Amino acid sequence: MPNSTPPRKRPTSVVSSTVSDSHTWNLVYMQLLLEEMGHDVVNLGACVPEKLLAEECLRHEPDLLVVSSVNGHGFNDGLRIASHVRSVAGLEHLCMVIGGKLSVDGVRDVGFTRRLLNAGFDAVFGDDELPAFRSFVEVCGLRVSA
Amino acid sequence: MSAAAVTFGDFVAEAERTGRLVVQPRMGFGDLERMRHGLVRTKEAEALTVGTLTLDSYTRTGDHEAARCALANGVKLNGYPIVARPDAETADLLRGVRDASFPVQVRHGSSLPEDIFRTLVGLDLEATEGGPVSYCLPYSRTPLREAVDCWVRSTELLAEMGETANPHIESFGGCMLGQLCPPGLLVAISLLEGLFFRQHGIRSISLSYAQQTCPTQDEEAVLALRSLAAEFLPDAQWHLVFYAYMGVYPRTAAGAARLMEQAARTAVRSGAARIIVKTEAEAHRIPTVEENVRALERTARAAALQATRPASAADPTDSETYTEARALVEAVLDLDTDVGRALPEAFERGLLDIPFCLHPANQGRARSRIDDGRLQWLTVGDMPIAHGPRRLSRGELTADTLLAMLHHVEQRYDTAS
Ligand code: B12
Repeated sequence: MPNSTPPRKRPTSVVSSTVSDSHTWNLVYMQLLLEEMGHDVVNLGACVPEKLLAEECLRHEPDLLVVSSVNGHGFNDGLRIASHVRSVAGLEHLCMVIGGKLSVDGVRDVGFTRRLLNAGFDAVFGDDELPAFRSFVEVCGLRVSA
Repeated sequence: MSAAAVTFGDFVAEAERTGRLVVQPRMGFGDLERMRHGLVRTKEAEALTVGTLTLDSYTRTGDHEAARCALANGVKLNGYPIVARPDAETADLLRGVRDASFPVQVRHGSSLPEDIFRTLVGLDLEATEGGPVSYCLPYSRTPLREAVDCWVRSTELLAEMGETANPHIESFGGCMLGQLCPPGLLVAISLLEGLFFRQHGIRSISLSYAQQTCPTQDEEAVLALRSLAAEFLPDAQWHLVFYAYMGVYPRTAAGAARLMEQAARTAVRSGAARIIVKTEAEAHRIPTVEENVRALERTARAAALQATRPASAADPTDSETYTEARALVEAVLDLDTDVGRALPEAFERGLLDIPFCLHPANQGRARSRIDDGRLQWLTVGDMPIAHGPRRLSRGELTADTLLAMLHHVEQRYDTAS
């Protein structure tokens, strides 16, 4: 769960795509955005298998995991990520969010969003919800002035 | 050849001879009926069309189990899962649609395409797309040498279909990440991949180039590609394919239509034989069949109104794009005449370096910028390109400046009246 005491050092976040998504402009953008919010960012790039994602999280012990996907499989792939990551010892409480263009038809499926939250994401963002994402990062105490 | 007596390569060659632009969608659905409807409507559209099966992301990444699972559970896919579907279903899908007047190409985006190529050969589908670099760096985290090895095997597999089948591969090198890659590098990669296909037995090839930020620069690029292809592919059947803008697309229907029409005009002026369209839904979601048909017909109308560039116009080899592309091609071929061996080494040494590409094989020292509407180098890294600084001072790129560059074309076409 997000914790509200501000961290002393620069927070670390991991930015990652899903296993099937190869788009990377979104990842480059999210990295810059988080760096500007004072984060050290580990960018895992395109097509990240769930196992690799979990290993990298154990290695870097990030304060925040940001999954970004725009290829339309994000809901489906996101469910796989959540169930895997939450099953790994040490990652049960990692703050983790997902966002982007998560379906193929441009609609925000409320049922799917709920399933992603139930499966273990702390927040789910549509492609036009960057302001909400910024506030989320701030409320979690994960923003330091750069 | 059972299904189609005219192959993809011959069909486009014949259209080119008669001076008609071939128009093609990027269309793919998981659902069989929808896919069939899409092919039929493409064939019936008021345009000289060829058909497309665009494959979904699970098939592209080799996870056919996930594709099967999605089909079984009614999860909507972003393309047609040709490996997960039984071949008989795909054969039925194509029966009576694919014929001498309507060849069909399979477009995927797979760095390790052997399963896909095997399926194509089994289905007698002779036309596809890709390349060892252009389907690896933008589409995967696969090590480049592994991708090259698999592309060698896959290309040779397709080549074995034989002369009458006329197997055809289109390089995606003219697109790469879709945006912010200066034209000289796109032209070079497209040409090098064409050479790669030729070296592995393919005799029918198309080379691509995607619309960028500036129509005159785009025209220059297509002409450069043509000159290089004529020189380097003397013993192949080849044509040029122009892609409507592959980066962040206008959000409004009017903006999207204007950008598409500009693409059609540039394609005709520069003498491309085929064009691949984008729809007004591009910025938002996977387009419907109707949106695709509208885009095909709009493109054909705009193309019909445009004349080709006069033969008397400037020498196509006298441009910045040609000079850059030629220098890059020569530097790569100097490493090894076997293109499959030269390409990974070229990336290792930074002789080829794609701006903003996160793939581990890419050095990431080159950067681009938009200068007075033209796409230019900000830094060239270790590429053998004369102008531009080699290194960048830190901190010049912010989230906002990146977004502004990515939205340059979208903004211009969405706000024009
Ligand atoms: C460039 C591009 C490509 C390039 C990508 C190269 C690369 N390595 O990155 C290429 C040509 C290779 C490509 C390939 C494909 N693409 Co593409 N691509 C695009 C395109 C044109 C622009 C994307 C872009 O650069 N955006 C710039 C970045 C900065 O914006 P963004 O990605 O939208 O991210 C923003 C928001 O979404 C949001 N956001 C993103 N992540 C997150 C996360 C959080 C937490 C938050 C808060 C916000 C957020 O903030 C970002 C900044 O504003 C879009 C359409 C468009 N937008 O015009 C299609 C598009 C994304 N692609 C699409 C598809 C389907 C594919 C393919 C599967 C091919 C196909 N079937 O058509 C393949 C991908 C294969 C795979 N394995 O996944 C679809 C997705 C459909 C959907 N979601 O409904 C789109 C929308 C096109 C379309 N209409 O069909 N593509």
